Parts: sequence; C-alpha cells; structure tokens
Amino acid sequence: MLAEFGYGVLMVSFIVALYSVGAAIFGVRNKSDAVIESARRAMLLTFPLISLSAATLIYLLVNNHYEVAFVYEVTSRSMPTYLKVTAWWGGQAGSLVFWSWLLSAFASAVTLRKWDRDREFLPWVIVVTAITLAFFLGMVVFYENPFARYWQDINGQLITRIDGQLLTSVFTPVIGATTFIPDDGQGLNPLLRHPGMVIHPPMLYLGFVSFVIPYAFAIAALVTGRTDDRWIRLTRRWSLWAWLFLSFGLVLGGRWAYDVLGWGGYWGWDPVEIAAFMPWLTGTAFLHSVMIQEKRGLLKHWNMVLVILTYALVIFGTFLTRSGVLSSVHAFAQSAIGPLFFAFIGITFITSISLLIWRWPELRGETEMKSMLSREALFLLNNLLFMSVLVVCFWGVIFPLISELATGAKVTVGPPFYERATAPLFAALMFLMGIAPLSAWGHSTLNTLGRAIWKSALAALFLTVVLFAVYTKNLIALIAFFLIALVLFVTMQEFWRATRARQRAQDENFFTALARLIGRSRRRYGGYIIHISMMLMAIGILGIEIFQTETQGTVAVGESLDISGYTVEYKELANWDVPVRGNPQVNYTRAAVSIFKGGVYLGELYPRKDYYYDSQQNMTIPGNRSTLRDDLYVLLVDWQPISANGATFKIYVNPLVNWLWIGSLLFLFGVIIAAWPDKDPEQEPVRVNKRARQMSAAD
Amino acid sequence: MQRTKFLLGGLLILAAVVYLIASSTQASAEYFMTIDELKAEGSAAVGKSLRLSGAVIGDTIQYDPQTLTLTFEVAHVPGDNNEIEAQGGLAKVLYDAVNDPTRQRVKVIYKGVKPDLLRGEAQAIMTGKMGEDGIFYADELLLKCPTRYEEAVPEQSASN
Repeated sequence: MLAEFGYGVLMVSFIVALYSVGAAIFGVRNKSDAVIESARRAMLLTFPLISLSAATLIYLLVNNHYEVAFVYEVTSRSMPTYLKVTAWWGGQAGSLVFWSWLLSAFASAVTLRKWDRDREFLPWVIVVTAITLAFFLGMVVFYENPFARYWQDINGQLITRIDGQLLTSVFTPVIGATTFIPDDGQGLNPLLRHPGMVIHPPMLYLGFVSFVIPYAFAIAALVTGRTDDRWIRLTRRWSLWAWLFLSFGLVLGGRWAYDVLGWGGYWGWDPVEIAAFMPWLTGTAFLHSVMIQEKRGLLKHWNMVLVILTYALVIFGTFLTRSGVLSSVHAFAQSAIGPLFFAFIGITFITSISLLIWRWPELRGETEMKSMLSREALFLLNNLLFMSVLVVCFWGVIFPLISELATGAKVTVGPPFYERATAPLFAALMFLMGIAPLSAWGHSTLNTLGRAIWKSALAALFLTVVLFAVYTKNLIALIAFFLIALVLFVTMQEFWRATRARQRAQDENFFTALARLIGRSRRRYGGYIIHISMMLMAIGILGIEIFQTETQGTVAVGESLDISGYTVEYKELANWDVPVRGNPQVNYTRAAVSIFKGGVYLGELYPRKDYYYDSQQNMTIPGNRSTLRDDLYVLLVDWQPISANGATFKIYVNPLVNWLWIGSLLFLFGVIIAAWPDKDPEQEPVRVNKRARQMSAAD
Repeated sequence: MQRTKFLLGGLLILAAVVYLIASSTQASAEYFMTIDELKAEGSAAVGKSLRLSGAVIGDTIQYDPQTLTLTFEVAHVPGDNNEIEAQGGLAKVLYDAVNDPTRQRVKVIYKGVKPDLLRGEAQAIMTGKMGEDGIFYADELLLKCPTRYEEAVPEQSASN
C-alpha cells in the first residue's frame, strides 16, 4: 500500500511540475497574472508533495520493507536507524528523489520572496526550475523508481524479466502475483557507514542544487531582456551559499577518504571527484567575475557563460556522482538514464547559449578595460586560470574517448597528469591572490603595485630563506611556501592597514575597529579570510604531497618500526566480534602500538581492520596521531593469529596535513561572513568612477 | 593598442595551457589494454606504461606480509562497456571470466598493502609495466566489486 502511495505522490508532483512550466509560459504569453500566480502555487505545491513521498520512502527504509528493491539494496536489519534514514541518498533512485526534494525546497523559497520589483523574472524562474525539477522527477517516475518491488507468482516463483534479471515494479505485474519479501537487505557498503559519508553527499547536493537558482535568474534575465546586473544582485547570496556547500562537500569527501579508505591520502583525481570539482571551478570563477560586472559593468557575456556552464556541470556532476560516490567507491552503475542525462544537458546548454547569442548586443560592456594591472584585468586573469584548470580536468576525463576515436587505442591519464598540468596554474592563482587585493579598479601600474607589495614580498622571501635553511631544500616546495607566505602577508597587511586607519579615524580600540571594518564590507573581508584559509589548506596539501614519508614492515610484539623520528612499537593484538541481535556482524582486529619520539612516550594508537560478515568486506581503519606539525598514520595490514610472527604495519608520516582541515574550518567562517545578509542586500549598482577608484587605491 | 595587448596576453596564456596539457598528457599517458590485447602484443608491450583490466581469480591470491608482496592472476574481460552490457553486465562477465579455464590469464605482482576489496571475481584495474618474464608489475591497483553475480537474487524468502 505504502509503496503505491509514495509512487503515486511522486507521479502527481511530476505532473504538477509540468503544469507549472506550462502555466508560467501560458501566463506570460497571455499576460495573465492569474495564470502566472497559478504556476507559482503549483511550484509551491511540489515541496509538500515530494516531502510526503520522501517521508514514505524513509518509513519503508526504517521499517525493513525489503520487498521494495531500493530498500533491499541499501539497508539491512543490522544497520542503526540513523543510517537507514541516510540510506535515502545511499543509492541512485533515492538520491534522485533527494535531489528533487532539495530543488523543490529552494524553488519554493525563491518563489516566496517579494517579487514587486522583479515581476517579469518570476515566470521564467519558475519555468527553469520547474523544467529541471520535472526532469529529475521524470527520471524517478519512469526509470529509477525507488518504490519498485519484487514479485512472486502463485507458485512462489520469483518473477523475472526476459533477460533473467529480477522484475521490479510498483504494481502487480501479473494477476495473482504477490510481493516477494526477502528476510534481510544487502545493507549499505560498510565503507560508506561513516559520519563523513552521511553528510558528504547532502552537502555536495545542496551545493549542486543551489546553483540552479542563479542559473534560473540568468535565463530569466536573458529571456526578458532585462540584462542589467539585477539578476546578479538577486542571486549573489545564493551563489555564495551554493559555493559554500559545494566546497564543504568536497572537503568532507577528502576527510572521509583520509579516515576510512586507508591509503594515507585524501584526493585521488578519480573521475567522480573531478565531476564534483568542475562546477566548483566555474562557480569560483563566477563569484569573482560578478564583482567586475557590479563594479565596472564589464564581462556581462562572460558571467552568463559561467553560470550556464556551472549549471551544465552540476547536472553532469549529479549524473556521475549519483552512483559513483554513493553506492560504492569505484563502482559505476551503467543504466538507462545516462543517455537521458546527456540529452538533457545538451538541450539546456544549446538553448541557453542560443538565448545568450540572441541577447549578445545588449550585454556589451559599459567601459573598456584599460590597464593590464587594474583589478578587473587581474580578475579576468583569475577567471582564465580557473577555466584553464577546468579545461585540464575536462581533458583528463574525456581523453580516453578522444584517443580511442582518433587512434583506436584507449589511452588514459592518471593523477600525475592532473598534478603536473594544474600545479603551475594553481601557483599562478596564488600569485594573483597576492597582488589582486593591492591593485586598484580601473588603473594600476607596476610602480603602485610594487610600492604596496614590497614589504610583504620581502618578509615572504625572508621566511623562505629560513625554511631553506632549516626545513627543506625542495625547490617546488620553496616556491610554493614563498607564494603562500606572500598571500598571507599581503592579506594580513590589508587587514592591519585598514583597521589602523579606521582606529585613527573613529577613535576605536583595535578589535572594535577590526570587527566593524569586517562588518562594513563583509564581502571584501570575508573574501580575504577565504584567501587566508585557502593558503592554510595549501600548506596542508603541500605537506602531504611533497613531504609524505612511509615505511612498512612486519614486527613481533615488543619490536618496533622507525619513521621520521617516530618509533612505533607493537604492543598487542586483540580480536573480537561485535554482535547485533545475537548474530556477529563485524569482526574487529585491533592492534595496540606505542608511539615514541626521541625516546619520549607519546601515547598509544589502535589501527584496526574490520571485517563485515554481511558484505564480506574488510575495512582498514588507521590509527592516527594528529598534530599541527605532522600526522602519524598507522595501518594494520596483516597479522598472524597467535602473535608468534607478529603483525604487519604500514606507516605514513604526513607533515602539515592538519592545516588542510584547519583551513577548511576558517574557510567556512569566511564564507559565512561574506554571505551574511545585509540590511539592503539588493541595492542598486554603484559603479566605481574615477574618484572612487583613487580612493580604493588608497584605502 | 590596449586591445592588442590583451589579445596577446590571452593568446600567451592559451599557448601555455595547451603546452601544459600536451606535455603532461604525453608524460603520463597510459595505454588501456585487455589481457587478450596484451598477449597479442607479445614482447612489444614490455616496458610500456599500461593500464590493464582483468577479473581476479580468487584461488591465486597470495600475500606475503613479510615483503608486502601480493601476487594473483587475472583473466581476460572485455574492455568495452557496451560489450560488457551485452554479455549480461559486469558481475556476470567477471563470474564467467573466472570460471572459464580457456581464458587468457596474466600473473600480477604488486608490492604494498593488500587492498580490502581484493577477492575473487573482483575487477582489477592495474597500472604498471609488463616485465620480460611475462609477469605484470603493477604500481597501482584499483578494484571494482559489483554485487556478486550468484547473489543477484535475494537469498531468503518469505511470502506475505
């Protein structure tokens, strides 16, 4: 009964979404506000409808309704309730419902705002969001149905399809058939039963889905011909939140890999990771270049291109990650929905670009870029660099296809390709982060820039020399450390200078002045905090990429392994079952090791290997001792049952990696400052004129 | 004048990016091969950077924790996704490959931690080089474990 109900509600919401599209277009054509209002209400209705359907699905998941194929695939009796709930996005069909639910929530939030000044955008925003919503709901209703069940005929035989696969459907496939209820489900892959994996997919999806809103406004602006920066001002905050969620989703994914996958790393340039990274790249470029449109009235075409690209990459990313990340680390499910996704991406992309070409003349810049060192020129360069990283990623993903078409040989590129090709680009981006805050809108010269930067550059150089003397002789690391130090010093100098100026002018103490300064221009200083956090993350990435050391060996109890000043001594091994309702579910094998550094005892670590009986899978949990200087990351590889021959360990020392996680927390703080609502968030454009330009050079 | 400067700058960046991509591609390209293709190449494949895909044969997995040396054999599976689909999906293809003694096989040696996902009927995607001794020396080992073919049908039953 419940499965039919959940499916029926989904079907209804699909029809309502379609109605919303039709009514909005009809309302615009016939200039009928009443019909547009009806479209708006239909849009609002989708949210409670999809919520209801999702609640049904969650009920089925939590209450072990294994006759439903989706429930069978992603849950099992031994899973705790919270994991059963989050199994909602643990498989393809459920995650598509989740996506639709988020989109309907965001679209409803948008349509609830006051539209007085932007009446003409409303129907088109509805059209774009409702088409996207209908596409995802259509996927679920017709192809990836989370409510489909197993059936058996009157003789108790399982009903199969012609090709021998099990038949699943919501409704009775043949007369007399009854649902077939397996005793227990397959359960979520144990690798995914981790708090990081519980929040990581929703974070990514939140990021993906919120980018639909700026895109909808951009298309509304193109269709209505209201091509000023209104759409950008209306969606600025959406873009920032979208970016925040996407960034955090990426970081959480990295943290999960570091904690659970047991290979001492956090990012492997897997196609799935790249698919989530690509919209982040265009989104980041977009966040920067909208500022130029707001301040200088330039790059209007470019912003449109960026938001259209981001939307396409978001849909593409959903398609790639929906099964890749969620059901198994590297397993890709081939399914019928692939071609549909590509068709949808193709159609929306071509339509958007055609609209853009149609409005091309109206989007001409209001001035011209004059100086190569002006802030807008540096922002443009920043955009080009982000696009270059995107091109590198895209090339890496499609290269096997291209080479196969061109030469017949299937050639792939691995992580070394991405590392080699992106490293100089990231270095250039860091350099820009150092000089762009110092350059002025409109016009800057080498002379003015040089005067603003020399102190920071000198300090960074000094620090680099010190590092050369005491820490590393690695040239690449030294260049990177120099750039990191440069950005940190320049940014902190900016805070310092502006705070001091305010302190003198307003007669406030330093901290009040700093807090008010940040409060008054939140986007600028929030942005600077984000820059600082990026540099902290860069320190962590550099540490693990360049300075990681590893060792491995088999030792008996009492013996030890040495690595980078640490001594790891094997103490004992324990092995026990963890039963769930009387049945052993997981078998833990845990080693205890003592850590010494320079003869000083630092504590114990407990690297583990878990064996999950239901999925017959091992899981390696590292013992990790984390400090600001380095992480000691110990893996239990193998062992002898009675500790005669001892156990095998693999040990990594990952210097500085903690700064990656510290940086990401600071990053969160920076984005929240930048995205915090202003009193009047949608103020009219204030173009920077000549006078203001000189002030900004000086402030 | 300004326009030309900007254009020139843009072209310079474009050239740099093209160079970066081209040189990095060349330096890190790996030829993707199936085991049949590898065997057909014979000694010509020795020393090339290869990415090899095959089905892991469970009985052949051996691990020496003293030296962290992992050896196993893999059997040929088709490289093309459409072909895999046509033969009934990845799980079935792997099952068939492992249970067909006439399939071409290659011995693989990998040094490092034994991956958790390594077991019979897993698909191994290995990066490395072919040695002159006919053994594939893998530097990197990726494993895909589709739901086991035999277990594609839910195990226990109860009717309502």
